[in-house]
Amino acid sequence: MGNKKGSWLTAALLAPTTLWFLIMLVFPLIVVVIYSFGERAPVGGYVASLTLEQYANLPSRLKAFTNTMTFAPLGALMCLIIAYPLAYYLAVKVSQRWKLLLLVLVILPFWTSMLIRTYAWIFILGGRGIPTLLEIIGIEGVRLINTPFAVVVGIVYGYLPLMVFPIYVSLDKLDKRLLEAASDLGSTPFRSFVQITLPLSMPGVATGCMLVFILLMGEFLIPAFLGGGKVFFIGNALVDLFLQSRNWPFGSAVAVMLVIIMLVTVSLYMRFTMGGKSGRDTSIM
Amino acid sequence: MTANSAHLQDADIEFHGVSKHFGDVKAVDNVSLSVARGSFFSFLGPSGCGKTTSLRLIAGFEQPTHGDVYIGGEAMIGVPPHKRPVNMVFQSYALFPHMSVADNIGYGLRQRSSKPSKTELRKQIDESLEMVRMSGYGNRRVWEMSGGQQQRVALARALINRPTVLLLDEPLAALDRKLRRDMQIELQTLQRDVGITFILVTHDQEEALSMSSNICIMRDGRIEQSGSPRELYDQPINRYVADFVGKTNFVAGSVTQINGQTVCMKTGNGRSFFGMKTAGSPELDVGARVSLAIRPELTVVGSKASNAEDLNTDTAFQGKIRNQIFLGEHTEYLIDVEEIGDVLVLSPKSIESASGGFDPGEYVTIGWKNDQAHVLKDS
Repeated sequence: MGNKKGSWLTAALLAPTTLWFLIMLVFPLIVVVIYSFGERAPVGGYVASLTLEQYANLPSRLKAFTNTMTFAPLGALMCLIIAYPLAYYLAVKVSQRWKLLLLVLVILPFWTSMLIRTYAWIFILGGRGIPTLLEIIGIEGVRLINTPFAVVVGIVYGYLPLMVFPIYVSLDKLDKRLLEAASDLGSTPFRSFVQITLPLSMPGVATGCMLVFILLMGEFLIPAFLGGGKVFFIGNALVDLFLQSRNWPFGSAVAVMLVIIMLVTVSLYMRFTMGGKSGRDTSIM
Repeated sequence: MTANSAHLQDADIEFHGVSKHFGDVKAVDNVSLSVARGSFFSFLGPSGCGKTTSLRLIAGFEQPTHGDVYIGGEAMIGVPPHKRPVNMVFQSYALFPHMSVADNIGYGLRQRSSKPSKTELRKQIDESLEMVRMSGYGNRRVWEMSGGQQQRVALARALINRPTVLLLDEPLAALDRKLRRDMQIELQTLQRDVGITFILVTHDQEEALSMSSNICIMRDGRIEQSGSPRELYDQPINRYVADFVGKTNFVAGSVTQINGQTVCMKTGNGRSFFGMKTAGSPELDVGARVSLAIRPELTVVGSKASNAEDLNTDTAFQGKIRNQIFLGEHTEYLIDVEEIGDVLVLSPKSIESASGGFDPGEYVTIGWKNDQAHVLKDS
């Protein structure tokens, strides 16, 4: 095939993606950035202007930012702690016969809407749920719903599969001979896990953490349902600003700030987890 | 293997009636053997013959279903791999991809309860790198290196621990032909230098013959024959061994008469052949299915007009050259002989120069001496 023909084919194949990317991502982002320098019209919406007023007003939403920056890493960490043993069990311990069934069970919750499932947790954690059960065994006055705890439970419930799968993949493709080699060279099973399995599954851990963290930064459903207005994220602030108070320019400024925070944390994170390495180790999956 | 029981105290590895079953499959079936200290021992056989399982039983990755493995005189039943004084070079090398070459090599020493000091560790790693001619490669990443280099690192990583026995699982299979030759010689030299018992698993008879001091030929989990390469080549106990070790021409038939070591057999078309029983081969009965085995280099080829006397052989058959391959030292002929079928003949240069050689399509006479032909059981 000639070079010219090849490059035409490449261009043709990439065109739909490029168009999608431009129309659905780059263009709205530009609009948001422009809006963030504007002013709120008296009846809500946007009036063209060039002012830093909205950015100066950002500290009024500090709580949403700090909440998000606390719960996103915390949620990712909790998911990691619970997902790693599960993924290890699925990848290493389970017999081939049961593996597929168990993997399907992990993604089974995704077959129902996130909204409905989170709603279900309101009842589980609410007054007639677990607290009632606890009263039966004599523990009274436990309040679960509308607490930070409820938000973390919701996060772990909703995001666990996103953490399990990347870790499962990296553990599943781990060459079992490496563990035999380690054992052959005198390493105990525990040391082999720490020295071989854990470092070689880091790409999966990094991918899982990144997925959960990034998605949590934009989360608004779980804090709205299970946090009861006490624990609210940037996502909730955005919903409020755009849909309730119709303050589009301030909402845009908050959104731009969120994007900046995400870019900074993710690039720092990537540098931290993959720093100094090159080649096949860095492949995300 | 009875002959070996005398040297038990000199043995590094012993199998006492070892079996390993995977479900219904008997991967290793009641195997007893012993490997002499300081020897280069090979398990040879086709895939699925149980040779790799035998090696994994020594390493401790598998536990025997029956019997036990002894290393240096000690029973290994229930002893996990990390407590066994053996080290393995894996077929895929199994180098740790997240560690440098030096860290890979030092891994075994770092696992010890009495860890060597940093300087001592570095010194030993440098020595090991030098031993496998990889000095200066310590800081490289594993995947930056070629197959041959990875092979050397795997060797160094195992040998630095000074194991009682080094286990090699098809270590040269992934290398190209030229590199394989070089590594064969290097492995032999290394084994002599370090004086450690090497146990090799291979399906390549040439590799086993050229490197080992002792070979154990396996089939379906059992030992067919074991001995020195020369013993296996010159005195195969059955057709399977003769077929596996070197090239052999076979003529199928059944035993008609036994006279001491000389056996007479008859082919389907009524032709009689004479051959010798080999040392240690199973007893033959009249009527038993056997094959006459003649090595290509013990078969003589001459012009069409020559007879047995001219060829200095006991037999003479007419045939037509089907193919000729010039190999320098030898010329290899494939000859279609009416009463036998295709016969491979390896004719040395000295004879070739005298006769002038033969071309495809030419009619020739071939023959061999009866005492250089073997009558082997088919099983």
